[in-house]
Amino acid sequence: MVTLTIDHKTVTVPEGTTILEAARSIHLEIPTLCYLKDLNEIGACRICIVEVEGHERLVPSCNNVVAEGMVVYTNSPRVREARRVNLRLLLSQHDTKCTQCTRSGNCKLQDLCNDYNLLGDHYIKDLRPVPEHFDTPVIRLDNRCVKCMRCIQVCDKVQGMNIWDLIGTGSRTNVGVAGHRTLADSDCTFCGQCITHCPVGALQEHDDTGKVFDALADPKKITVVQVAPAVRAAWAEHYHLDPKFATAGRMVTGLKQMGFDYVFDTNFTADLTIMEEGSEFIERFTHRDRYTWPMFTSCCPGWVRFLKGQYPRYTGNLSTAKSPQQMFGAVAKSYFAQQLGVEPQDIFVVSIMPCTSKKSEAALPTMNDVCGDPDVDVVLTTREMVRMFRGEQVNPAVLPETPFDSPLGSGTGAAVIFGATGGVMDAALRSAYWLVTGSNPDADAFTAVRGMDGWKEATFAIPGAGEVRVAVVSGLGNTRKLMRALDAGEVSYDFVEVMACPGGCAGGGGQPIHDGKELAEYRGDVLWDLDKNAAIRYSHENPDVQALYRDYLKTPLSHKAHHLLHTDHFAWKMPNQK
Amino acid sequence: MSRLDIKNPSRAQTVLENLYRDVERHIEASPPGLCPVDMAHAFLQMCHAQSCGKCVPCRIGLGQLSKLIEQVLDGKATMATLDIIEKTARTIVNTADCAIGRDAARLVVDGLEGFRDDYEEHIKHHRCLAGLEMPVPCVALCPAGVDIPGYMALVGEGRYADAVRLIRKDNPMPVACAYICEHPCEARCRRAMIDDPINIRGLKRYAVDNAGEVPQPACADATGKKVAIIGGGPSGLSCAYYLALMGHQVTIYEEKNKLGGMLRYGIPAYRFPREKLDAEIASILSLGIEAHTGITVGKDITFSKLQQDYDCLYIAIGAHQDKKTGIPGEDSKNVMSAVEMLRAIGDEQMPDFTGKKVVVIGGGNVAMDVTRSAVRLGADKVTCVYRRRIADMTALPDEISGALAEGAEIMDLAAPVRIESDENGVAKALWVQPQIIGAVDKAGRPRPNKAALDEVRLEADIVVVAIGQGIEIQGFTQAGIPIKRGTFVADSAAAVGDMDDVFAGGDCVTGPATAIRAIAAGKVAAANIDEHLGFHHEIRVDVEVPAPKLNNRPPHGRINTTEREACERKHDFEDIECGLTCEGACTEASRCLRCDHFGYGNFKGGRIEKW
Repeated sequence: MVTLTIDHKTVTVPEGTTILEAARSIHLEIPTLCYLKDLNEIGACRICIVEVEGHERLVPSCNNVVAEGMVVYTNSPRVREARRVNLRLLLSQHDTKCTQCTRSGNCKLQDLCNDYNLLGDHYIKDLRPVPEHFDTPVIRLDNRCVKCMRCIQVCDKVQGMNIWDLIGTGSRTNVGVAGHRTLADSDCTFCGQCITHCPVGALQEHDDTGKVFDALADPKKITVVQVAPAVRAAWAEHYHLDPKFATAGRMVTGLKQMGFDYVFDTNFTADLTIMEEGSEFIERFTHRDRYTWPMFTSCCPGWVRFLKGQYPRYTGNLSTAKSPQQMFGAVAKSYFAQQLGVEPQDIFVVSIMPCTSKKSEAALPTMNDVCGDPDVDVVLTTREMVRMFRGEQVNPAVLPETPFDSPLGSGTGAAVIFGATGGVMDAALRSAYWLVTGSNPDADAFTAVRGMDGWKEATFAIPGAGEVRVAVVSGLGNTRKLMRALDAGEVSYDFVEVMACPGGCAGGGGQPIHDGKELAEYRGDVLWDLDKNAAIRYSHENPDVQALYRDYLKTPLSHKAHHLLHTDHFAWKMPNQK
Repeated sequence: MSRLDIKNPSRAQTVLENLYRDVERHIEASPPGLCPVDMAHAFLQMCHAQSCGKCVPCRIGLGQLSKLIEQVLDGKATMATLDIIEKTARTIVNTADCAIGRDAARLVVDGLEGFRDDYEEHIKHHRCLAGLEMPVPCVALCPAGVDIPGYMALVGEGRYADAVRLIRKDNPMPVACAYICEHPCEARCRRAMIDDPINIRGLKRYAVDNAGEVPQPACADATGKKVAIIGGGPSGLSCAYYLALMGHQVTIYEEKNKLGGMLRYGIPAYRFPREKLDAEIASILSLGIEAHTGITVGKDITFSKLQQDYDCLYIAIGAHQDKKTGIPGEDSKNVMSAVEMLRAIGDEQMPDFTGKKVVVIGGGNVAMDVTRSAVRLGADKVTCVYRRRIADMTALPDEISGALAEGAEIMDLAAPVRIESDENGVAKALWVQPQIIGAVDKAGRPRPNKAALDEVRLEADIVVVAIGQGIEIQGFTQAGIPIKRGTFVADSAAAVGDMDDVFAGGDCVTGPATAIRAIAAGKVAAANIDEHLGFHHEIRVDVEVPAPKLNNRPPHGRINTTEREACERKHDFEDIECGLTCEGACTEASRCLRCDHFGYGNFKGGRIEKW
């Protein structure tokens, strides 16, 4: 242990603790900008500098460790001046049109500049005319970038994709796409983790709210919206509302208030996915020699892009079942259109997703099975939905609860856990067990696949089918580890669930941003609670899904189900695929 | 008003002079990977500030060049801009009145030729080709990529054995390098921006001298693969070392009586004590490496036989063939090559030069080794003869001053013409033609020309020719090893042509170079041989590097190693260098700026933990 003095207070911390963390341990907050604990401790912004007695120069507190007897001052005239100068320097290259920035009010730089009361301009504005591209779900606005390097770090260290890199040296050093590419022709998975780790508005999703407002205003369009499971655990964070109060029902009211004709639940098609994917798994599992192993889940588009970009030879291992989002689009424009007695073209399908990659999934040339138009017209992130709420002055704190519309609005506990790592596997095993044995397992029989470990393994016995070896990974860095081990023959599984974002969709790249906080676990727990308290906890028991099969699809994997609910993963290419 | 004034520099001038020195140091410590266009632009602006402003090309032209290059950097230029830059720069070269304008523009012209790709990348794609692959300058410049900041910190904490283990991850011969490495790592040390580079080699020597015996790590499980190494010098030994660690069965074939290559048969014992060399070799062999000495491949065993018996071969035969001057009388008695003389010394058959007058021809490190060895062998007078000036010698400055201190003479600007011998064919004298230094050649070195002076006779009982070495290619050409300009051809992976089981590296590929380059080639070959044999063994070490201390360090002098007094050391072959003291080593280690952590290092690539 090391004892030191910070701002006249004595503190004892373990050896190797940074000055910053030592100060935090006694509730002395040193301001930071680039710092992210364990991920980005590089002292780039020089905002966290402090004064250390005996040292002539100021010392960044994020990447210097404490020493015995050290005397630290976190605020002094010299420190204050240095922070103010460095902030002003950042501002000289920052496009300060805060009123037009999605991160206004949730921006680390804005907060710091406000805190330090920076009046007037001291430096010559030095914005760079860098070409900007708006053709991808992830957008980078160069003149907002503060070069904190967090996007590079999260992409390298957590996701292992190395898409972002520092380009050039000297005064023109910039963040750009590695390997002299644009984002559109890179193998980016559009997971959006760079966005949720950006302290400012330099990275954001492609904003598609305008298209939705247009559709809502178009009297000829029947607007149908689906909401993904993980959205309900995070949507009201902007309003500082407890998830127990901010229920899916209040969100439904908000969406109705904005003018959507039908508010449905992606949980419905999550249950449908389980029926198709579970049946597909049993079909593969009972005809092992016809398939290559393991079978991979296919509901995460970031993961599908990863696999096709990094390990294309495993494309055939993906379940052919579409993701719940795409199944919803297909069912809405076929089954539901038929029920309404309208043409598929009359229906405008909007998705609210915790995800940026879903935008690329909906735009795939293969996702137009009903009528040739995209099955899902627009995908919004959770953040975009909240922006629309704000624009429409929807105040969730005073909203009553409204149930989802019928028939595509019902979902079981097995569906809502799709939003947390392990949830798809858990739900699939519950129904696979029933498909084989005809009876339900304990809904909590598969807890081994839950939790925040990046790579989980378990083996479950399904009487009559045998032992099923499963693995669950989240985060693409963990995914690459698993793929390497699979490829080297070090591990072997029957069924693998992969989610590109750490912790699954709950921590998705489209979710609300809270600087320096990782909320995947907290939001995931909300979803697991919803499952625990659900009246129905097995996908195959969803009465509306049963009705859909009875009245329209016949059976899982039927000809019609194949046409609408399955896809050919080989029918499109990643930019880096030959 | 006085008629004349005594010139006293103003305060501003004095400060500016200091600034020039600081800038020189700053440029010297330029990190690798900078954008050459940006640097050219920066230099151009500095040069423009030097202009007196009288002439048009310099006053206006340099400024316009600067603006044009800025357009390139800002991504606003077209390919036509490049033509204007070129035309303008050439015109300034051709029309500027003095060197200020002419040589500033020449920098631009040279750049347009030398890094045109970078210019074009900026214009066409608004991007820069430059990038920092290894941001720690010392590690980037060490051919073997040794974790220098890591072991500096370990030495600072007194963990000498850990320092040796950390070095061995990338270089299995820390002792050899502690004594004789040319330390390219020090060339761009960032500390030079503050005061002087860290004495990296001195600290390594302190570590190896104080580490005691450091046991080698355990080898990986046996793979059943067999590799033969031809040549037991630093490159062969390094390759053998890593292959053995990876679990392969390694056999070294060495032509000479003992292992060590140029470390034994080139470098004199006063620079690298033999017991240290023997101990280091023994430590490497302790991994279970078999060594056959006195075996010449191509004579005692054929190359094709080795190919049959082994899964892979590594050729590292070094450069042990002497080059001739070609002057008349070179075949006289008592004329020998440096290679011959140092080989005899290496086998401890010391020639007796007592009372002899010795003349050495050459200006490189080998010439200095021979000169200083001749002094130690009892010569009455030793003169080193060199065609160019002392300043142009390729020998390290310390070697030259060491030789001079030990009483050797250096006669520069003297080209050997012929060797005079007596009736028995025994050398009597070397005749030299005085030279005058002339125009600078393409490589940037001034060429010596014949001076309008008469030939000079230098009395000589012994003449030693030390003008470079070649490769003994016999026995390898027949086996189909490709040869270009007298050396074997191997690619950057050390692979030889289309022979997929043959690798080569070290002096026999590069021509005579440094020990650390040979060691690095052995390391590279080991990695690629392992891969070729179908494995992917990783070399790593479980030494934890101490966290850096605060980097706020005021300027502080560099602690140099000292040498034994010249009058004493010139009589023996004992080590001439006195290592750092504990006090000196601690102080010197604390000067390290820890670029592995501060600056770019802790963001990206501060440490390569395995390979």
